[in-house]
Amino acid sequence: MGRRHSFNQWWVGYLFLTPWLIGFFGLVLGPMIYSLYLSFTNYNLLNAPQWVGLANFQEMLHDQDYLDSVKVTLTFVALAVPLELTAALAVALLLNKGIRGLGIYRTMYYIPSLLGGSVAIALLWKNIFGVDGLVNQVLAYFGIQGKGWVSNPDTALYTLIILATWQFGSAMVIFLAGLKQIPNELYEAAAVDGAGGWRKFWNITMPMLSPVLFFNLIMKIINSMQVFTSSYIVSNGTGGPVNSTLFYTLYLYRQGFSYFNMGYASAMAWILLIVLAVLTGILFLTSKYWVYYENEREA
Amino acid sequence: MTVEYTMTYNRRAAQTKKLLKKLLIHLFILGVGLIMIYPIVWMLASSFKPDYLIFSDPGLWPKEFTLENYRTGWHVVRDITFGIFFKNSFIVACIAVIVNLITCSMAAYAFARLSFPLRNIFFACMLLTVMLPTHVTLVPRYAIFHYMDWIDTYLPLLVPKVLATDSFFIFLMVQFMRGIPKDLDESALIDGAGPVKIYFKIVIPLAVPALITTAIFTFIWTWDDFFSQMLYLNTVTKYTVPLGLRLFIDSQGKSSWGAVFAMSVLSMIPITIIFFIFQRYIVEGIATTGIKG
Repeated sequence: MGRRHSFNQWWVGYLFLTPWLIGFFGLVLGPMIYSLYLSFTNYNLLNAPQWVGLANFQEMLHDQDYLDSVKVTLTFVALAVPLELTAALAVALLLNKGIRGLGIYRTMYYIPSLLGGSVAIALLWKNIFGVDGLVNQVLAYFGIQGKGWVSNPDTALYTLIILATWQFGSAMVIFLAGLKQIPNELYEAAAVDGAGGWRKFWNITMPMLSPVLFFNLIMKIINSMQVFTSSYIVSNGTGGPVNSTLFYTLYLYRQGFSYFNMGYASAMAWILLIVLAVLTGILFLTSKYWVYYENEREA
Repeated sequence: MTVEYTMTYNRRAAQTKKLLKKLLIHLFILGVGLIMIYPIVWMLASSFKPDYLIFSDPGLWPKEFTLENYRTGWHVVRDITFGIFFKNSFIVACIAVIVNLITCSMAAYAFARLSFPLRNIFFACMLLTVMLPTHVTLVPRYAIFHYMDWIDTYLPLLVPKVLATDSFFIFLMVQFMRGIPKDLDESALIDGAGPVKIYFKIVIPLAVPALITTAIFTFIWTWDDFFSQMLYLNTVTKYTVPLGLRLFIDSQGKSSWGAVFAMSVLSMIPITIIFFIFQRYIVEGIATTGIKG
């Protein structure tokens, strides 16, 4: 509509926006500011918040559980995100070869993503990686004696990384859509120039797909930092064994709603927000070196 | 003669090689795909097995078929059946869908089609909240709902949707509504229609695909939402399906995995049905907007 206002009554816009405005100020911006304030206080919901300055943030540095949760979450993000994206890209490339039955395959690979976030699948995971679970039954078939993957602090986190990687279907669908956008002429021209499959991949597919990859990467990092359901279910809400699945948000939940250290929980939430913002910012800064936007070429 | 022969021979060999390669790709994709969905199918099969077989039989076909798991799972707690949890989940998810459709489309219409002071600033704010981790508003929201005496009701789950805080869907609809030709508005304006009428008569009917995508994902996410339902609901009779499933791990130890599997299978049926009916919308929705699915 630009500068020319079609409706002179600007209040009509506000009329339609009213629910959002109340929500934005009442449930988003207001609470954000208040939780920033709370992060400098001791607060337990029942008594008025008590100003403690930076104490909550200083405590984090000495809180072994907190440090464990940071380590668990970063390990998870560092492994699950690349694994998931690599699997998604690999399968998308295979499916993009004009293969017959694409619809059926896509459905098959997407179903874990569709159901994977549920409590039901987390319970299934807890079972199949248990001592007598499906994984060990299959291993026993090959004569290998398995162990309790979920109950062992060395392996528990990896079962959750497998669970996340298993859900690569939605990223794959996004990659497939991105691959379809790449004009065929580019490949034909490259073939005329004698480029092989590998060179086509690095010089055409990857640059053309880089905006989609960039987008997927940011979304996956943000979501992986906030994993909750699977770790809660698999560890019975404890983050165990020995804090090995104590995800950041699970620890935040326990601080805030089991111990009612709500000031501390708010401080944790703000650290999470800042880390996410910084990570996203860094990715955006580096993006100009590796993300290729088509309109740059036209410009 | 021999030259011709070798040429057709070579061509045929190349064709066979190509076919073989295609076959290998199919086998690979199918094989990996089957391994991926095997756990889910195994859970379905195991829900009909007695417990001891769940821990010893990695195969699919139940050597001993039983419906007992469904019976014990359904009556998870004395006097309370899973039917109650299903009813509660359906109520919450359906209200969430309706409310999200109304308020998100209203906000999207304002952002996409109307002009008013501060529009661009508010639009930027809306975009920023798409990525906002919910934890940063968690404690104050809990305090507000506690103060309103809404804890242990469905209001903390639904009121945020009434107030259009699912900004992701607003963004999705804005994108869609911007694609609806403006000429339609203008001709309607000439006919004397106001913005309210245009919203109902033109924009909403034409935005149906975006509305369907919103409805589907609101339903799926509300159905699967564990965190906020656990946070706000305390009474067992108010529990939703995810909380009902959690009851099984609370009474850990002697809990029967057969019953867990049976109820888990039931809990996934609604989403699976929705997926197969609306597959096209789901796939397109993910592909064009990058919904996390």
